[in-house]
Amino acid sequence: MITAIVNVSLKAGVLDSQGKAVHHALDSLQFAGVEDVRVGKQIVLKITETDKEKAMAEVTKMCEEILANTVIEDYTIELI
Amino acid sequence: MKVTILQFPGTNCEYDTQHAFEQLGATTEIVWHKAETLPSDTNLLVVAGGFSYGDYLRSGAIAKFSPVMKAVTEYANKGGKVLGICNGFQVLTEAGLLPGALKRNDGLHFISKHHTLKVENNDNVFLEKLNNGDIVNIPIAHHDGNYYIDEAGLADLEANGQILLRYTDTKGELKNPNGSVSSIAGVCNKSKNVFGLMPHPERAMESILGSDDGVKMLEGFLAS
Repeated sequence: MITAIVNVSLKAGVLDSQGKAVHHALDSLQFAGVEDVRVGKQIVLKITETDKEKAMAEVTKMCEEILANTVIEDYTIELI
Repeated sequence: MKVTILQFPGTNCEYDTQHAFEQLGATTEIVWHKAETLPSDTNLLVVAGGFSYGDYLRSGAIAKFSPVMKAVTEYANKGGKVLGICNGFQVLTEAGLLPGALKRNDGLHFISKHHTLKVENNDNVFLEKLNNGDIVNIPIAHHDGNYYIDEAGLADLEANGQILLRYTDTKGELKNPNGSVSSIAGVCNKSKNVFGLMPHPERAMESILGSDDGVKMLEGFLAS
């Protein structure tokens, strides 16, 4: 069994309003030194495929087709 | 004139849409998303507003895989007229039938109010009853209405006259409620048979209820 951790977030250059709001909140709590905040989502998949290469290909397909909207979002995949 | 209206789990504007088109004299049929074909006499397909699949993952993301969407794509590719309102607009962008995407509103709030819009391009069946520069008063009700398209995509939309409506004040000066790129409220595809907008023309059919500017918009479809 392989666990795939998919992180989806807005592309660099696409304004992340939630990230901005969190940044403001951190500022008002006086956490200094935060330069930027991006909010994304994490999707954890348990998959029966045991071959990592095949699993990566399959999860990449899932990201392209549904898990991310590549017009506005980037994704990363980590297999463990 | 037959208007077919799609219904997904979570759609909630199908009956308003039906009422609006019947008021204009059309016959209508609501089609559940499990259908694999559309009624053969369909003249206009409407993807109605609401919260298909609870907006899970992203607005419209799950609906695009509903069985009926294959028939919708075929219908659109054959030149059939398709109108997506609010969540329907989100579904059509997710399905790749319209360019761009809809993000969370910049202010992070759900916005529900009347808003004025300027007609940008009326050389299409949807807006042909209006003039370029006309200001219409139409309600908006959305959380994810912040239209995004990259710079190259925006230049394409401009060049092909695909921008239908922009959010403005009552004088036609840009006034952006949700952060949309170039204040865009609605677009169409290149061949001008697929239309999408966040505002709800079907909720602007009676002046006693605030505005009847939606009549002229929806009537365009009936004339053609």
